[in-house]
Amino acid sequence: MPVDAVSVQDQVVRAARAQGVDEVEAILSTSNQALTRFANNAIHQNVAELSSQLSVRARIEGRTARASTNRLDPAGIREVVEQAIAITRLTEPDEESLPMAEPAEYRTVDRWSGPTAYITPHERASTVARAIAAVESAGQVAAGIYSTDDTEYTLLNSRGVHAHYCETMARFSITAMATGSSGWAKASDYSHWDIEPLELALSALSKARQSSAPRELPAGRYTVILEPAAVLDLVGQMFGDFSATAISDGRSFLNDRIGKKIFGTNITVHDDAWHPLQSGAPFDGEGVPRQRLTLVENGVVRDIAYCRQAAAKAGVMPTGHGFPLPNEFGEAPANIVIAGGDSSVEKMIASTERGILVTRLWYIREVDPYEKIFTGMTRDGTFLVEGGQVTAGVRNFRFNQGLMEMLSNVEALGPAVRASGEETFDMVVPAMLIRDFNFTEVTRF
Amino acid sequence: MKDLALRALDAVTRSGVTYADVRAIDTRDREVTTKNGKAGHVSSSESQGIGIRVLAFGCWGFAATSDVSRQGIEAAAALAIEIARAGTAAKKHDVVLAPEEKYEATWVSPCAIDPFTVPVDRNLATLLAIDGELRRDPAISLAEASMHFTRERQVFASTIGSLIDQTRTTSGAGFSALCYKNNEIQKRSYPNSFGGQFQLKGYELIDELDLASHAPRIADEAIALHSADQCPEGTFDLIVDSSQLGLQIHESIGHPIELDRVLGTEANYAGMSFLTLDQLRRLRYGSDIVNVVCDARLEHGPGLGTFAFDDEGVPAQQTDIIRAGEFTGYMTSRETAAAVGEVRSNGCMRADGWARLPLIRMTNVSLKPGKQSLDEVFGADHAIYMETNRSWSIDDKRYNFQFGCEIAWEMRGGKRVRMLKNPSYSGISMEFWNACAAIAGSEHWTLWGVPNCGKGQPEQVMGTGHGASPSRFHNIKIGGAYAG
Repeated sequence: MPVDAVSVQDQVVRAARAQGVDEVEAILSTSNQALTRFANNAIHQNVAELSSQLSVRARIEGRTARASTNRLDPAGIREVVEQAIAITRLTEPDEESLPMAEPAEYRTVDRWSGPTAYITPHERASTVARAIAAVESAGQVAAGIYSTDDTEYTLLNSRGVHAHYCETMARFSITAMATGSSGWAKASDYSHWDIEPLELALSALSKARQSSAPRELPAGRYTVILEPAAVLDLVGQMFGDFSATAISDGRSFLNDRIGKKIFGTNITVHDDAWHPLQSGAPFDGEGVPRQRLTLVENGVVRDIAYCRQAAAKAGVMPTGHGFPLPNEFGEAPANIVIAGGDSSVEKMIASTERGILVTRLWYIREVDPYEKIFTGMTRDGTFLVEGGQVTAGVRNFRFNQGLMEMLSNVEALGPAVRASGEETFDMVVPAMLIRDFNFTEVTRF
Repeated sequence: MKDLALRALDAVTRSGVTYADVRAIDTRDREVTTKNGKAGHVSSSESQGIGIRVLAFGCWGFAATSDVSRQGIEAAAALAIEIARAGTAAKKHDVVLAPEEKYEATWVSPCAIDPFTVPVDRNLATLLAIDGELRRDPAISLAEASMHFTRERQVFASTIGSLIDQTRTTSGAGFSALCYKNNEIQKRSYPNSFGGQFQLKGYELIDELDLASHAPRIADEAIALHSADQCPEGTFDLIVDSSQLGLQIHESIGHPIELDRVLGTEANYAGMSFLTLDQLRRLRYGSDIVNVVCDARLEHGPGLGTFAFDDEGVPAQQTDIIRAGEFTGYMTSRETAAAVGEVRSNGCMRADGWARLPLIRMTNVSLKPGKQSLDEVFGADHAIYMETNRSWSIDDKRYNFQFGCEIAWEMRGGKRVRMLKNPSYSGISMEFWNACAAIAGSEHWTLWGVPNCGKGQPEQVMGTGHGASPSRFHNIKIGGAYAG
């Protein structure tokens, strides 16, 4: 469903002017998503979705509001503009509201793959069938997904901002289940050629085999080796707090901690939209170019993200991390890169006298917002390491762990890789060897 | 919309499918929020589209599009069939559906005041009045209030001849007060956390909630929590308010009884269930006073899981899930009902809009009211009483859970003796329900809405309903979230 963004913007501006409004922003997004889902060694859900959306924001004398539609015919466009203006006129003015953003130059990124955009249902199904066959031949049961997305996003405003981004994304995730145990693996990349579904299937089935007849260990403090997906899903929970608005609201754990050393010296984190393993647009929800941030340097909190309004209030430059307006949250980093080290999961295992190897974490929720304590479960591949070797699978643990303590106890880091989990967005993170990780309960499997 | 649905159905049936259904949907949504004395998120949206589900070559195929032109519908229909054909690459057996009747019906949910006729400035005035009450004490660093309204009209058409036109209007509202001081964040919410209360009602819900009158107490409690004692760690009798118990039902009963999860089709993401098929009518899920139903009928109440027909054209039903403590039923679909010996689906297939495939989802899964008075529920010699969820987590087979609440009180002889901060409790699902010692009666029963239940790949967000009244549980592990 090709949509001409410039033509849509012309119609938006004309419709706004007909209502006596000059300041208007349009975000046009189109998406073609497909997902092949399998379980019990068969494809069972197989879907595709083609959609477009136009979202219009008006600004009138310090007031602003947004209306959205997926009717992109001339009447639909005119009506959504009229709706945006009507509700804008009924909102309260905000003396801190800023005029819409000015045009900017964007450093381009190329994350669109034609073969991934045009992959067919049969190609996805054939790939899935090969992965299932590998798991089934090991006497196990496979479940998972293979998805491909093709998205395009254009932000234009009446001041001349014209920001455009397109991206493809392929994801393959697989859980292999043996009697009483399971293993999991997942990968994502903008090109499906750079994902290896069969290797992921072999990794998952190997974990399921290795963790058979899991032992029950008591809860307590353990040395843990968190694989990258486990690091991602836990550490990834804290980056929404690296936000000027969150700090101003009093909801960030970084209140009174900027410039302080709250993690170990071996922890350095950047926000970097141009990192080769990253994804996402190089501009924010108002069209401001993203800046590279050093969020944490050798354990010290350095930069935080600023949307335009928060930046104006603080007297600094916006960093290009604002959400589309209006919103209550302000901004957040979006392209997390945690610096890696010279270790590896294999070396971490070899150096561990007694510990737990964790493949994946699940159902992670915040217990304490200022101490940044999170709870959650291990899942799909949890192992006992003894004498430098994986010796057994173990029953899954519940953890209650503070992130500041955890990231002060990191003893080794693997290489930073693009990791994909289920609890937060994809990031570039290393595996970590961590001492004194706090497991508080054990479940029944 | 009926023409649209029938046109799409015609496009797929011409290709000789075994079965097909089509959902043409028109959704309208409004969200209004305030934050610290200002308008926050003010937005409206509309979305139209069509989802086409076909059963062909023994496999499911599904394609959805927002392009509802003749060309767009033809393309989606062809794609749905191509996707079904692709599924044969990894097929174990042909999909077989339980029989269902043909229905022609029009149903509109009760809505006394159309929320879309209430102007945005009135929404804002109501929320800003609450905001003002919350921020009387400058110790409140963040005051937030919100309203959310949705209307969805869906026309369902299937090859068995059903043509069902349903319109559902839901409303929700709530507020919170956050206090940051002395290196600690405490927060209180009303009437529930994470957006408040949501029901299948119009604007009358906002009036019924009487939000502003509760704002001063909530703000005071957020501040008072800073000087409260830490919730102790140990084993205590636990009393939970009805909103927290609603979420407990959701996580430790609602999800485990999803038959697709039991059968393994959610294994890669949402997980599986401890309620394996051999547990049906054998497991003591709860104590004798525990009775739980899954009920989508309007008679159950205006829940987020209330409708006339599910998204594969099966009428709303009530199913006993736990009867006097015994596990008696799952939530099923036309594809899965036979796995538990049923000849018919009990109507739990629901989809998140036109772009998503129906899945087995909770409707209204509720704990029936008990026979105890509120004094009897609170009448234990010594107990911890917790209110309003703060965090929730459960393992992927739904055994081990941990919940945190915003506030608690130590109770002695039915009296509150001290406020406690950072309360949490944990346990194993069926052990917890077997420890249920008292359930308050119907006058204290509330049908809560959970608007944000996630499941499926691609993920779908669904609203579910959970009725509960304050209840007491014996010897529960408390305080584990801060242990170690």
